[in-house]
Amino acid sequence: MTQVFLGMPAGGQGNLFEQEPFPKAAHRELGNTQMRKNLRHATHSIRDKRLKVVGELPDWEALRNAGSTIKNNSMATLEERLLEFEKNFTARGGVVHWARDADEANKIVTDLVRGTGATEVVKVKSMATQEIGLNEHLESEGIDAFETDLAELIVQLGQDKPSHILVPAIHKNRTEVRDIFLKEMPVVDPNLTDEPAKLAEAARAHLRKKFLAAKVAISGANFALADTGTLGVVESEGNGRMCLTLPETLITVMGIEKVLPHWEDVEVFMQLLPRSSTGERMNPYTSLWTGVTEDDGPQNVHIVLLDNGRTRALADRFGRTALNCIRCSACMNVCPVYERTGGHAYGSTYPGPIGAILSPLLTGIEVEENGSLPYASSLCGACYEACPVKINIPEILVHLRGEDVDAKREKHKLPTQMDLLMKGGSWALGKGKNIGLLEKALPLGRLAAGKDKKIKKLPGIAAGWTKSRDIPAPPNKSFRDWWSDEKESK
Amino acid sequence: MSAKDEILGRIRTALADTPVTEEVPREYRTTSTMSQEQLIELLVDRLVDYKAGVEVIEAEQIPEFVASKLKDASSVVYPQGLDARWLSALGSEVELRLDAPGARLSVAELDATSAVVTSSAVSVAESGTIILDGQPDQGRRAISLVPDHHVCIVPVSTIVQLLPEAMPRLSITRPLTWISGPSATSDIELERVEGVHGPRTLDVLMVRGL
Repeated sequence: MTQVFLGMPAGGQGNLFEQEPFPKAAHRELGNTQMRKNLRHATHSIRDKRLKVVGELPDWEALRNAGSTIKNNSMATLEERLLEFEKNFTARGGVVHWARDADEANKIVTDLVRGTGATEVVKVKSMATQEIGLNEHLESEGIDAFETDLAELIVQLGQDKPSHILVPAIHKNRTEVRDIFLKEMPVVDPNLTDEPAKLAEAARAHLRKKFLAAKVAISGANFALADTGTLGVVESEGNGRMCLTLPETLITVMGIEKVLPHWEDVEVFMQLLPRSSTGERMNPYTSLWTGVTEDDGPQNVHIVLLDNGRTRALADRFGRTALNCIRCSACMNVCPVYERTGGHAYGSTYPGPIGAILSPLLTGIEVEENGSLPYASSLCGACYEACPVKINIPEILVHLRGEDVDAKREKHKLPTQMDLLMKGGSWALGKGKNIGLLEKALPLGRLAAGKDKKIKKLPGIAAGWTKSRDIPAPPNKSFRDWWSDEKESK
Repeated sequence: MSAKDEILGRIRTALADTPVTEEVPREYRTTSTMSQEQLIELLVDRLVDYKAGVEVIEAEQIPEFVASKLKDASSVVYPQGLDARWLSALGSEVELRLDAPGARLSVAELDATSAVVTSSAVSVAESGTIILDGQPDQGRRAISLVPDHHVCIVPVSTIVQLLPEAMPRLSITRPLTWISGPSATSDIELERVEGVHGPRTLDVLMVRGL
């Protein structure tokens, strides 16, 4: 009976999956010393900037509290908020489309572009379209999609993959960017230097004609305001303004979780977002539009409201706050794991700490490909502290680890090595007497050590521990034994 | 079942535990403690930090300063509602192009125009943000975007300290453009550099007595 499953939250599709287990991918990425150097430089400079501009605001914590509550409220009343947004956006001349998943969203956008007769579109940087693989889909349908954000352009020209949600080319330094431009731009000054200002100028020249001639633009949205039907895009370069203003048709693809209840809520998020993301007091440009404005900007305005696993995440009462994410990237900029492995190791469109919870929440943890993501963390908590909407990422990581173990247990039906280890651990740590008994056997471990008094390989799943570290051989006497000998001799 | 009905159904299923909403704790700052002189000083500081050109002038000095900022321009576009006297000191070699309902400049014409002069609706000193809301003295969005040089008039009476103070002064459903400096990017090594697709030069004239 398929009827039963209608209305049941379903997992997302598209670019939300690990391509290989995180430890394997991380191991490979760690070997890329240039990338690690680039990332270290970029993440450290942004950390200092963020702390400086956040420190300027005496009410930063009050803003975080407000932001977190607004988002929680929005998720708790999501159906009403979306209907309200639809009503207001439609009343102002916009058209609302709903997409259950990536395939459906891609199809809606393709049909809309086809309807205009255009064979190319300009794009504003958007995580949602990255997630659903829209560019690849459009290409397969004979429509060229041109990314206009500088970092997206670098990635697209270099046939690379994004590694950061805000600065997708963060893994490339200025010299590498210059080399990509020299190689891939059809018209470029052969004496182009690697000065960032010169590179920005080259991007301007490269895209200018595209902007001025574009008939269709595709964007994401940083927020939608339910009570007015307004959409907002936050950007820096003016590529967003070009796309949102000059073409005749504007198609926005937005996750359903982006809706905010009241237009005044903008005052909270526009203080939290720029300071958390680029470490600026304000980003250079923010555009807000409400449906169609006669004689100003696109006259055909569409929005595709995308589920693609968001309702699946919403159904997880311990994990649903991950949907509060405003995509600022502060969590990845402070993460010691991300800083070393880079974004590619996570596989999904969403890397870093937020990606490690969001990707499995959107797809379902039982999807094997995403099982290792919740372990891609030392649980140090820096991400939680940096998050402008207070998503408790470490807590959700631990919750998802539990879900992962449960899912695997269900699949295998038999107790795993981990189950047996945990059982053993619980026996040993449950009583002082038990652990004392075990310690008596410790000196036996010396037999496993080599001449250099190090244990280099443990058996079974414990091998993971010794893969990247040695264990010193145990002493010939346990602490308990040594203690009681000491006491006696006194 | 339509996609809409199905998604709304999924939301109802997902929220079967009926999470409660809480009153939003709006304990952040919503009122300024600054005098007008302090506001001017703060906004100047922020805009200079963004590499915008800033002058604080009297109303009668507008024509003179507009002319000096645009001394290298060959053509200037202005919206219909802009006070035409502000452009009165421009040299006769500067071509003035009016953008008005029924007489719109094409994108190509805007691209061939050196500069634009507009007014503004409200400015937020703390973040260095000038907000345009498409009123007749600011015009439609394209005119302040395509030309490479934007001269923007900010009456000091429209400066507030905090973003929450600016909100009641905005008509949110008008097309809004928030400008904090000339176009810039942080996409190369997360360092901000000015000058990408939007106007690469932003000159702000903060005007007393307007």
